[in-house]
Amino acid sequence: MPALVYYSSASGNTARFVAQLGLEALRIPISPAAPMPEPAQPYVLVCPSYADGQGRGAVAKQVIRFLNDAPRRALLRGVIASGNRNFGHLFACAGGVIAAKCNIPVLYRFELAGTETDIARVRAGLATFLGTQCLTP
Amino acid sequence: MKDHAAGCAIRKAINWNRMQDDKDLEVWNRLTVNFWLPEKVPLSNDVQSWATLRPEERELTIRVFTGLTLLDTVQNTVGAPSMLPDATTPHEEAVLTNIAFMEAVHARSYSSIFSTLCLTKEVDEAFRWSEENPHLQAKARLICEEYKAGADPLKRKIASVFLESFLFYSGFYLPMYWSSRAKLTNTADLIRLIIRDEAVHGYYIGYKYQRGLETQPEARRQELKDFAFALMFDLYDIEQRYTAELYDGLGLTEDVKAFLHYNANKALQNLGYEALFPPAACEVNPAILAALSPDSENHDFFSGSGSSYVIGKAVATEDEDWDF
Repeated sequence: MPALVYYSSASGNTARFVAQLGLEALRIPISPAAPMPEPAQPYVLVCPSYADGQGRGAVAKQVIRFLNDAPRRALLRGVIASGNRNFGHLFACAGGVIAAKCNIPVLYRFELAGTETDIARVRAGLATFLGTQCLTP
Repeated sequence: MKDHAAGCAIRKAINWNRMQDDKDLEVWNRLTVNFWLPEKVPLSNDVQSWATLRPEERELTIRVFTGLTLLDTVQNTVGAPSMLPDATTPHEEAVLTNIAFMEAVHARSYSSIFSTLCLTKEVDEAFRWSEENPHLQAKARLICEEYKAGADPLKRKIASVFLESFLFYSGFYLPMYWSSRAKLTNTADLIRLIIRDEAVHGYYIGYKYQRGLETQPEARRQELKDFAFALMFDLYDIEQRYTAELYDGLGLTEDVKAFLHYNANKALQNLGYEALFPPAACEVNPAILAALSPDSENHDFFSGSGSSYVIGKAVATEDEDWDF
């Protein structure tokens, strides 16, 4: 069963990052009309940031819709957020917003579609993190 | 006959309530909310700091800023307008006119810095330098070649993304360097606003490039990818000469080059391509990264190396809570 859920807009950066991880993952659809994935086990969310200069609108609407469902939210264990350092202190700020809202840690931040280094760190980190999670009832 | 028909073509009014591509509205909203003018930044607070720079450091700074002004001018008057006929939606045209105008604001900002900090004579000398510097002129020429009428619309977008997401960074390095040493910090605040805008521009034009690429047959897609990497090589070759000429005096050339590699990879990612430079070549000085995005050190919860990870208090979530 996939332990990753992700959102990627039409620019495809996050989708390319997840594809590079090579792990099974559920995708939150871009279209509000499409059905939401229903994870059956604990998962980590990978999601981009879309904040304006004041930090508003950081979390994509479809991600908000996904997390507004209590059973889905209850299985969220951590968030990996992406963004662009060009946004200064708001870099990858969707991660902080979701962490504060859902009481889970920001596990990692990366830019655009990530680098080789990011992929290696996240792959290794997830293996340990999710392994630990599975032992916790 | 044909001319007559074209003259009578129905003119269409733009309807923002009927979107063909939601990304147009998303980016329009982002750009308009982020709108700013240089008057918003208290540049005069940098007058004392400017006086602490050595003459050669001042000359370098003015030259770097005229180089950036030149690129902004090109993007304002040639680059963004040249993409208007290629737009696939009326909203894309509107976004491009916003991008064009914002480039004019950026170009104008450097003159605000000059009039606040510098002597007219120094500035005039630097503008003359920008017209005569072979490397600066060479990169502008390479880009403008792709902006010509009749050039390939997708190659035009490649050139434009490289200007927005790569060519500016040999210049942006310097105000980030000064800022990391607590110098010209207000000027750095203004440059950060420009850096933020250029990220959205590169992202959007790169996104439209990827949409255009989807409609092309495989052979053509390969041709465009080869073109993109070849153009990046050519531009990088010029950039490293330009960088050496500017920064050798301060011994910063290698440090700037790591920043160039890092941004070249990001420019390629905006086009949907993989990185060109290996991770070891992209290890940007942490002080420069911190100047770029304060409070966002390389965050890695997994390895325990990040000290700034966020964990919040649990709060019951309701729909309106998410309206942030």
